[in-house]
Amino acid sequence: MATKSILVDLLARVEGEGALDLEITDGRVASATLRIFEPPRFFEAFLRGRGFAELPDIVARICGICPVAYQMGAVHAIENAFGARVEGQLRALRRLLYCGEWIESHALHVVMLHAPDFLGFPDGIRMAQDHGEAVRNGLALKKAGNDLMRAIGGREIHPVNVKAGGFHRLPTRGELAPVAEHLTRGREIAVGTLRWVAGFPFPDLEQDYEFVALRHPDEYPLNEGRLVSNRGIDIDIADYESEFEERHVAHSTALHSLVKRRGAYLVGPLARYALNFDRLPPTVQALAREAGLGPVCRNPFKSIIVRALELVYACEEALRLIAAYDPPQQASVPIEPRASTGFGCTEAPRGICWQRYDFQQDGTIERARIVPPTSQNQPSIEADLAAVAATVLDQPDDIIRGICEQSIRNHDPCISCSTHFLKLNVRRT
Amino acid sequence: MNDRRRPRLAVWKFASCDGCQLSLLDCEDELLALAGAIEIANFPEASSLVLDGPYDLSLVEGSVTTAHDAERILKIREQSKFLVTIGACATAGGIQALRNFADVNDFIAAVYASPQYISTLATSTPISAHIPVDYELRGCPIDKGQLIEVISAYLAGRKPSIAAHSVCVECKQRGTVCVMVQGTPCLGPVTHAGCGALCPSFRRGCYGCFGPMETPNTAALAREWQALGASQRDIVRAFRTFNAAAEPFRKESLAHGD
Repeated sequence: MATKSILVDLLARVEGEGALDLEITDGRVASATLRIFEPPRFFEAFLRGRGFAELPDIVARICGICPVAYQMGAVHAIENAFGARVEGQLRALRRLLYCGEWIESHALHVVMLHAPDFLGFPDGIRMAQDHGEAVRNGLALKKAGNDLMRAIGGREIHPVNVKAGGFHRLPTRGELAPVAEHLTRGREIAVGTLRWVAGFPFPDLEQDYEFVALRHPDEYPLNEGRLVSNRGIDIDIADYESEFEERHVAHSTALHSLVKRRGAYLVGPLARYALNFDRLPPTVQALAREAGLGPVCRNPFKSIIVRALELVYACEEALRLIAAYDPPQQASVPIEPRASTGFGCTEAPRGICWQRYDFQQDGTIERARIVPPTSQNQPSIEADLAAVAATVLDQPDDIIRGICEQSIRNHDPCISCSTHFLKLNVRRT
Repeated sequence: MNDRRRPRLAVWKFASCDGCQLSLLDCEDELLALAGAIEIANFPEASSLVLDGPYDLSLVEGSVTTAHDAERILKIREQSKFLVTIGACATAGGIQALRNFADVNDFIAAVYASPQYISTLATSTPISAHIPVDYELRGCPIDKGQLIEVISAYLAGRKPSIAAHSVCVECKQRGTVCVMVQGTPCLGPVTHAGCGALCPSFRRGCYGCFGPMETPNTAALAREWQALGASQRDIVRAFRTFNAAAEPFRKESLAHGD
């Protein structure tokens, strides 16, 4: 039996450190295992005994790239537990802040981390030598997202303005006006970026995913909605644990999230798009068609197109929200703690981020559970890797390694979502 | 400029959220110019191309929480001529240093189903607990303007110009009315400057993400907090966040609880 092992150590351009074991036996892929080297940081443990008001600032530190995702899930869970409703302009302002995070994160991912794979460069900076305009535009778009984060949140990374019930201070219309100018230009750049990435060469691969995303009655989902899938799941976010489970897989690296009755599922742009195409404005739908996308896209490599499309959407949505912004009387609604359990689930740039907290009478956290997007995508990423590798088995190792790296970056596992990742000893076969 | 060899930059990650190294990519206006002045030789978050050491300038993010990482940092020091820690994790142990006040086995059992698979140290420690560090940049996250200043100063062969005073001075500089005078507990009087007094400008108290300033009077501040109605538990929590293991904050938190 001929066994060939290819180890891809220290996967580049993925936050944190990961590694992949690919075992090829008798000319077929026997196993594809993604190992994560992220040292555990124990958020769910040290949150016990902390006060509810501390949550948004603490959980932000789970991920420097999507802190707003963790902050939003936390404040929604608190409000869910304590029976508070944040509506109207305060709700809109949260959506606006989240648009900023989508823009900075997607622009970074599409232009600086993922496009170089398709064009044969090791990184965005070196790609700038031949594609200077595309990279400079991508950075300008990313900056527009960061400008929005700063205007509402105070800073790009770990913004300081989010609290349970709303915000510490409301931005003025004057503070948002210059951001709107940058976003207007940002939308143009996003459309150009969409057309640019739609012309990349894509491997011919369709995967039979179970897509899972939020779905809202009127909106493309960000902060709220029911959890739905293309195979019949349609549940309240509070029922997540009855439909999904995390398995501690032996000889594996991370907790693997699975649909209890079926197995692997996919969250993120491909899932959001497939389950919510009808919630996109007609302008964005038209751009999707122009870019060659149907209402469902199952080619993981084309996630870069969907991500670029979401960039256009996030810019448009942010502009709409800024135009309609009318500062409310109060920066936040009152929060009265009580002994209760609360749930939050929002669409992080990389997919749903689910949180559950049990609170004591005075709002002290008794138990915390945080499920980041990456642990949910682990089994689907491994399935992708097995499928991708099978198409290039006759190629040299470098080619196989390259396309496997690229296919992990299709989903951009934010491996610093350290709430769940284990550091195991490396097994070399 | 093109005649001489560009200095080589490496960026390293330990236990962290990646936010501080992301600050480098957040320098949208300066990034391409920066890459012209310094060769990005080892930055796995941003590039697949990894050039061998030695490196002229190493930026280290994150804290040491595993035996493997305690070994790895020694090798990084050997390969680095000038080594700068970036952020609260690398400089003070980060939020994950909350394990230092607890039993790490309890922490493991709280999060993971199979504790035997977990390899971790009982403490989270700053880089300076393991190797000599040439410069420490504060913040959770760092300020990207300060990061550019540190790199520029390195390239120019001078000391970085980073103020060491408290957040209070920054409030005065920007004309923000003191939030403590208005009844809001604030860590500004004992916290290292660098953020530009962000939280008070958002009408909330500073929560100390840049860590302790030089010789802070934490005991006096704790008394002021009590006068404003803060409980012992509030004070412990306030000093135990992102710089919990920094000595002045650690000591003050222990004065008010376990």
